[in-house]
Amino acid sequence: MTNNEITMEEILGHDVARDLTDDAVLDIAAPLSDKIAFEIRDLDLFYGDFQALKNVNMDIRQNAITTFIGPSGCGKSTLLRCLNRMNDLIESCRIEGSISLYGENIGGNNIDVNMLRKRVGMVFQKPNPFPMSVYDNVAYGPRTHGIRSRAKLDDLVESVLREAVLWDEVKDSLRKSALALSGGQQQRLCIARALAVRPDVLLLDEPTSALDPISTSKIEDLVMRLKSTYTIVMVTHNMQQAVRISDETAFFLLGEVIEMTDTKSLFAMPADRRTEAYITGRFG
Amino acid sequence: MTVADHKSSRRELALRKRHEWRTLLKHPASLIMRLSAYFAAILTVGVLLYLLVHNIFRGIPHLNADLFAWKYTSDNLSLVPALINTLIMTAFALILAVPIGVGAAIYLVEYSQQTSKIIRVIRLTTETLAGIPSIVYGLFGSLFFVRFLGWGLSLLAGTCTMAIVILPLVIRSTEEALIAVPDAWREASYALGAGKLRTVFKVVLPAAIPGILAGIILATGRIVGESAAVMYTAGSVPEIPGGQNFLHDPVRTLAVHMYVLSSEGLHPGSAYATGLVLMVMVLILNTLSRYFAKRLRVKAGQKDANE
Amino acid sequence: MNAIRKPQVRGNRIKELLMKVIFLSAALFSTAAVLIICLFLFARGIPAINEIGWLNFLTGTRWKPSDVPPSFGILPMIVGSVYATGLAIAMGAPVGILAAIFISKFSPPKIRRFINAAVGLMAGIPSVVYGYFGMVVIVPAIGRTFRVSGASLLAAGIMLAIMILPTIIQLSVSAIDAVPATYYEGALAVGATHEQSVFRVVVPAARSGVLSAIILGVGRAIGETMAVTMVIGNQAVMPESLIRGARTMTTNIITEMGYAVDLHYDALIATGVVLFVFILIINFSFSIIKNRGIKYDGS
Ligand SMILES: Nc1ncnc2c1ncn2[C@@H]1O[C@H](COP(=O)(O)OP(=O)(O)OP(=O)(O)O)[C@@H](O)[C@H]1O
Ligand SMILES: [Mg+2]
Repeated sequence: MTNNEITMEEILGHDVARDLTDDAVLDIAAPLSDKIAFEIRDLDLFYGDFQALKNVNMDIRQNAITTFIGPSGCGKSTLLRCLNRMNDLIESCRIEGSISLYGENIGGNNIDVNMLRKRVGMVFQKPNPFPMSVYDNVAYGPRTHGIRSRAKLDDLVESVLREAVLWDEVKDSLRKSALALSGGQQQRLCIARALAVRPDVLLLDEPTSALDPISTSKIEDLVMRLKSTYTIVMVTHNMQQAVRISDETAFFLLGEVIEMTDTKSLFAMPADRRTEAYITGRFG
Repeated sequence: MTVADHKSSRRELALRKRHEWRTLLKHPASLIMRLSAYFAAILTVGVLLYLLVHNIFRGIPHLNADLFAWKYTSDNLSLVPALINTLIMTAFALILAVPIGVGAAIYLVEYSQQTSKIIRVIRLTTETLAGIPSIVYGLFGSLFFVRFLGWGLSLLAGTCTMAIVILPLVIRSTEEALIAVPDAWREASYALGAGKLRTVFKVVLPAAIPGILAGIILATGRIVGESAAVMYTAGSVPEIPGGQNFLHDPVRTLAVHMYVLSSEGLHPGSAYATGLVLMVMVLILNTLSRYFAKRLRVKAGQKDANE
Repeated sequence: MNAIRKPQVRGNRIKELLMKVIFLSAALFSTAAVLIICLFLFARGIPAINEIGWLNFLTGTRWKPSDVPPSFGILPMIVGSVYATGLAIAMGAPVGILAAIFISKFSPPKIRRFINAAVGLMAGIPSVVYGYFGMVVIVPAIGRTFRVSGASLLAAGIMLAIMILPTIIQLSVSAIDAVPATYYEGALAVGATHEQSVFRVVVPAARSGVLSAIILGVGRAIGETMAVTMVIGNQAVMPESLIRGARTMTTNIITEMGYAVDLHYDALIATGVVLFVFILIINFSFSIIKNRGIKYDGS
């Protein structure tokens, strides 16, 4: 336990140091980073006999927003869940190929999945705050990773709630149940909760599909702001949303990545006819 | 109940309205069907009400101070020692059975691959355990705890027997409570890097507590009402056990007390009054249990279906 | 950037594994309990039956533990149990199923909640309270009607019918509720009345669930002890008439446990073994029928 705690503080300290020195953080208008966070190579994924992903190859850039688009059931969520190994929880799921995060293969047996998930946070389609207070929701992750000090937790909770632009709305009701918040607030709380473990990457699976337009635009603003600090991968069904906020877009069809390139070119002049058909709304 | 179920039952209700009594007169067979269903429901509730009212009216006049004297004598027929014994036995049996039962349910719901052989064996034996009648538990307790382990007729033997009796109840209700906890919360916890233990103890169990409580309360009711399994394991001495070796004292619980009073046939009044006390306890426990079961449904974010 | 390598949290992994083992042991506890119960009952009961003689024990019609030499024939008790249970099902099952139909298909939500609470309460009322009610209400009523003592198979049957009602009702309600609305709507669409749809389509579709409810009721009835012992008269003779006293396997055990010794005690254990075998068979058929139940996913 103590061993664990020291490690976590080290990591946290390291994170903060990186935040302060990394150019990308200081200069929000910096050009797209060339650093690659995830390298996905020859990935095949099976649920039992059903192949849900076919030979996926993809690089995901650091400090960029990458969106996955494509018709329902084409494997977007499945690929997203590979990035923090949430598919481990599904008994029938089998994976071939490799995914590495900053050069380190995340699929191996020598990987501590919990540590991976700490570095690669996730926000789900339906807001799923725990049935606890707002404060405890945010503090759940840090506590999981060994932070016990009250003062540190207070600071952390406040700073991530500010990052998630939720602080002003909830600062007087930190002790109230998170389930009493509105849907949009709940989703921002879930984002704050994911940020509280100071991940490198944030995965968002249709984070706005259950929300009204105002909440949606709040979350979009938030995600754009977070890009300077985090690498973001997001699934969306909303094409305008992809155009508005993302740097790169991958189009999926039936388990394959049809094309992936920077968002502007993909929507302006899709290379593949199927992409064009999808984004112009002819199927999907 | 899922939302879809809820909707479809509402739709059904609306359809029903159109086929009301008017149609019935044209279809005598349908009328008979409907009347027989009404009759059965009225009969069921009627029997219960008759039993309750009968017991209340016969019991209340005999609820006197004698019945609640601290010590039992053959004159006052006090139920207090038996009541206290029941409470002691309930507490101890729960202390034994709840950790085991909750642990077992956690294994069954959170850990197992649902198709594995060992799970099937455990489920089968738990179901078997649930179906064993009290008297067989009583025989087993008498053979194993009373004789084989040499505990004699004692609070301890009765308690251990009852712990086994309620074990399947605790397992099943905890299982149901755990299953009712949405997977989204488990996923959220894992996605934050929490392990299985932390997820279970900090997220799943707290959310399932009302359901587990409902099961524990039902189990309490079972202990309070049980007689066949305790009579020949705990004995029938109407005194509160004391001293260092109190676990080895033979004791009489409230249900056994009622049996003794009624089978002697000499004290109908006290038997009624004791039965009334038993029934009031069961009624309270039942209400509490329903309350917590409802809390679970609300907590787990499910709509309150027609229950 | 080696933060995701495993060795850092070995302590956690050991804790996870340890707790898994603890939970597994807890889960295996009920398996162990069933095994020990079987072991102790059979280890004591089977030798006793051997000593008495299987034929003498199972088909003997005389139960005279204090005769010299004693006879231990439990056929009267087996027959008594079967009769009492049969009566209980004959009366309890129709009422229970009809009441379940009412709850599921004919009652507005408020009434449904009320009846559900009532049935839950019925399930919770202790055996002795039922037994006493039978003793002071049912037995005298039978006595007056037929000019007999009243403690009888019939009294036990009525008593048990009441006591198995909640079991049958609760399980039947869930079985009927589980039938998809499309069945019902389909029947209405071809012109059936609400009642016809329910009785001819919905309930038959739920038959395996309803049947398993009845089987569970059989299990409850055959195993019930206290309430029966207070109304059945407990004469260890072959039942000749429904309005005469009789004895069941359970009441045989409870009446004589208090003072039995030696072979007599063992013969009571052996009675328990026979009862236990009955129960195992019933449980087994219950789980078979329950699992065979229609899965309504195709529609
Ligand atoms: N746990 C599972 N077991 C079996 N098959 C699954 C499982 N999860 C997903 N699938 C299948 O894998 C395919 C891809 O699913 P996935 O959830 O990744 O789609 P998606 O692109 O996210 O769709 P949507 O836009 O509707 O969320 C689908 O055909 C789905 O049926
Ligand atoms: Mg998806």
